[in-house]
Amino acid sequence: MSQPVLTIDGLTVALPVWSDRKHAVSSVSLTIGKQEIVCVVGESGSGKSIMGKAILGLLPKPHVRATGGRILFEGRDLLQLAEGDMRRLRGGRIAMIFQEPMTALNPLMKVGRQIEEVLEFHTDLKPEARRARVLELVADVHLPDSDRIVNSYPHQLSGGQRQRIVIAMALALKPALIIADEPTTALDVTTQAQILHLIRQLQQAQGTSVLFITHDFGVVAEIADRVAVMRHGEVVEAGPVDGVLRAPQADYTKALIAAVPGLKPRAKDAGADMPLLVVRDLEKTYVSTGIFGRASRSVNAVDKVSLELGRQSSLAVVGESGSGKSTLARCIVGLETPNGGEVLIDGERITGLTREQLRPYRRHMQMVFQDPFASLNPRQRIGEIIALGPMVQGVSREQALAEARELLTLVGLKSESAERYPHEFSGGQRQRIGIARALAVKPKLIVADEPVSALDVSVQKQVLDLLNDLRRSFGLSMLFITHDLRVAATVCEDIVIMQRGVIVERGTTARIFAHPQHAYTQSLLDAVPGKEWINSLP
Amino acid sequence: MKTFWQRFLLNPRVIIGLIWLGAVVLVALLADVLAPRDPFAIVGVPFAPPGGAHWLGTDSLGRDVLAGLAHGARTTLLIAVLSTLAAVAFGTLVGAIAGYYGGLIDDILMRATEFFQTIPSFLFAIVLIAILSSSAMNLVIAISVVSWPPITRVVRAEVLSVKSREFVQAAVVAGQRDHAILVSQVLPNTLSPLIVTGSLLVATAILIESALSFLGLGAPNQMSWGFMIGAGRSFLRDAWWLVTIPGVAILLTVLSINLIGEGLNDALNPRLAEL
Repeated sequence: MSQPVLTIDGLTVALPVWSDRKHAVSSVSLTIGKQEIVCVVGESGSGKSIMGKAILGLLPKPHVRATGGRILFEGRDLLQLAEGDMRRLRGGRIAMIFQEPMTALNPLMKVGRQIEEVLEFHTDLKPEARRARVLELVADVHLPDSDRIVNSYPHQLSGGQRQRIVIAMALALKPALIIADEPTTALDVTTQAQILHLIRQLQQAQGTSVLFITHDFGVVAEIADRVAVMRHGEVVEAGPVDGVLRAPQADYTKALIAAVPGLKPRAKDAGADMPLLVVRDLEKTYVSTGIFGRASRSVNAVDKVSLELGRQSSLAVVGESGSGKSTLARCIVGLETPNGGEVLIDGERITGLTREQLRPYRRHMQMVFQDPFASLNPRQRIGEIIALGPMVQGVSREQALAEARELLTLVGLKSESAERYPHEFSGGQRQRIGIARALAVKPKLIVADEPVSALDVSVQKQVLDLLNDLRRSFGLSMLFITHDLRVAATVCEDIVIMQRGVIVERGTTARIFAHPQHAYTQSLLDAVPGKEWINSLP
Repeated sequence: MKTFWQRFLLNPRVIIGLIWLGAVVLVALLADVLAPRDPFAIVGVPFAPPGGAHWLGTDSLGRDVLAGLAHGARTTLLIAVLSTLAAVAFGTLVGAIAGYYGGLIDDILMRATEFFQTIPSFLFAIVLIAILSSSAMNLVIAISVVSWPPITRVVRAEVLSVKSREFVQAAVVAGQRDHAILVSQVLPNTLSPLIVTGSLLVATAILIESALSFLGLGAPNQMSWGFMIGAGRSFLRDAWWLVTIPGVAILLTVLSINLIGEGLNDALNPRLAEL
C-alpha cells in the first residue's frame, strides 16, 4: 500500500473531570490510505464524532482536548499545528460534511454565494472564474438547473439538495481527505441512497479519501472499503469491510451486526375477524394563511386514506418524511382533527367527538412517541408518568402507582425506577417507560410513531423485541409508523406504503418484499442501505 | 455534574449577594429590637454626624438614621416582595392561558398586555397612586400593576415551547383535562425562567417603591429608604449622611438581588453559564 493520507497514532482525547468517563477517545490508531473510504462505526457515545472533530481541531476546548498521540496528515502532526495553519488546512486539504445540512449552511445567504466564499478565502481566482467553478461544482453533485440552485436560499431546497450543496462546498478545493460525520442520518432512505452513491462516485472521480462516521451497518456495507468499530472510545475491531461484516471477530461487533434489522418478512399468524380499527377516507388538509387571513396554500397531508387493522395483528405504515404517515397516526389517536372521513374503533365511530366524549375510548388506544427525551415530563417521577392514564380513567392513585411498578418490571426495568426522574435513564430505557405508559390503561391498540428511530441499533433491537413480546402477552394490535422498511419487516405482518398523503401500495410484508408492484415501493426497497449484505446474512 | 445547589451556592457573586441581602433581611426582622422606639420619634439634637451617640447620626428633626434605616428596610422589602408575588401570580396566569389556548384568547390577552407595556411604567405608577391615594396596600397594587407584563411574556413564550413537546401530547392521549395538563405538565417546566425573572423583579420593585417614597407618594407613617432620601435631599451639603446612607443601602440591596438573580440563571441553565 502507498503512503497513507492520514495516520492517527495512539490518539487520546480527555473529557472534562465531571463526565462519567475519563476519555472520549483512548489510544485509537487508524490509517486512511489514498482513495480509500474508511467507515468508523459505533453507537452514540462511542467517541466516533469526537475523533472526527479532533482531526480538524474542532474539539470544544478547553474542557475536551487531545492529551496524547499524533494525527499525521501530509507529514505534519495536526495536534501540534498553530490555529492559523489549521484554518488553512480546514476546508482546503481536509473538508468536512456535517450531519444536519440545514445548520451547516448560513440561512441568510444564497447557497451559490456560500460555495463561492470558500473559494474566495482559499484561492486567488478571479470573480468570473470563481462563479464558473461554483456552477461546475453544483453540476458535479448532480443538482439540476444549477443557475436556479445557486440563487436559492437553503430553506428553499430539500434536505437532499442541501446535503449536495454541503458536499459541493467540501469538494470546492479538491481536498485530499473528507470527513463525513453521519452525512445521511437526517435524510430519507431514498435520498440517503442517492447521497451515498454520489459520495462514492465523486470519491472515485477525484481520488479523495473519506473518513465516514456512521452508526448504521447497512451504510457501511454500501460504501466502505475498510471499517473500524468503536466502543467506549476504543477501536474494538478494524479491517476490510468484507471481513468485518461477514466474519466479525469481536463480540461487540457480532452483537451489533445481529441487531441490524433483517429483511426477512414476517409471516401472518392468525386469521382476521372483525377489524379492531377501521379508517375510512380520512383526510387532513393543512392550510397556511397569508398575511390578510386568506388561505394561501393548502397541503393534503392525508388524502382519502382507508385502512383496516385486525385484532392482535400489526400493520406498518411506511413512508418518507412528508408522506403524511405521522399525521395519519395523530388523526387516529385524536391529536389532530381530520377534515373528512372517519375512524372507527371496535365498530364505534370516534371522529367528531369532543375531547370530553373521547375520554372513555382512550383506554382502547394509546400512543408510543418518537423522541424518548421529549416524551417524558422531566419534572415528574416515572411512577406518576405511567399512572396518569389509569388515574384519568378513575383508578385510585395507590392502585395506579402499584400497577405502574408492575409494568416497569414487565418492560425490563426495576420497580424502584418508579421513584426516579426521567433524566436518570438512557434513551432505550426511556422508550421502555414510554411503552409502559401506553400499556398502563390496558389498551387494545397501540399506535407507535417511529418508536425506535431515535435509538442506537442494538437498543433498537431490544425495544422491538420487547414490543413483540408484549404484543403476544397482552393480545395487542399495533399500528407502527416508520420510515424504515427493515424495521417494518421485523415487526409487522402487513404493510401499507404512503407517498404524499396517499397509500400507493398495501399487502402482506412477504408479498411486498417479494413482488413490489408500485415503482415507489421498488425504489424504497432498492434504497435500503447494504441490502445485499443483509440478505446474505444467515 | 454538580447539583443545582452546588452551582448556585459556590458562585462567589451569589455568596456576596446573599450575605448583603441576608443582612438586610435580618435587620428588617430585628428592627424592633435594634431600634425599639418609633423611627419618627425625636431622640437627640438635629444634624448629629455619624459616630456619636447615634451610630449613623440624626436627621434635620433629630430622628435616629439607624432606626429609620432598620424600619425602612422592613417597609421596602415587604412592599417589594408582596408586589412581586402579586405580579408573578397574575402574570403567570395570563401568560399560561394565552400560551396554552392560543388563537383568539392569546390575541386578546397579549394585546391587553402590550397596552400595559406601552405606558411608561413609573409615570403609570404615579398616576395609580394619585388615583388610589397613598397607602402600603396601594403601593403594592401600583407596583404589581406596572410590573406584570414581562412575566406574562416570559411565561407565554415558555408555555408555547413546552406545550408542543411530546409529553404534553401523551397527557392529551391519556385523556387528562386541559387545566390539569397546564398545571401538572406545562407550568412546572416553565419554572426556571420564571424564578429568574421574578427575582430580578424584586430589585425593580425596590427601585419603584423608593422612587415613589422619594416623591412623597409612599406609605404615610411608614419609614422607608426613599422617604429618607427625599427628606434629606435639601441638606445634602450640610449633612451628607442623610442622603448617602439610605442611597447606598438601596444601591447595595438592588445590586445583591441582581447578583442572586444572575446566579440563579447560571445555576438553572448550566449550559449557558459554561459558554
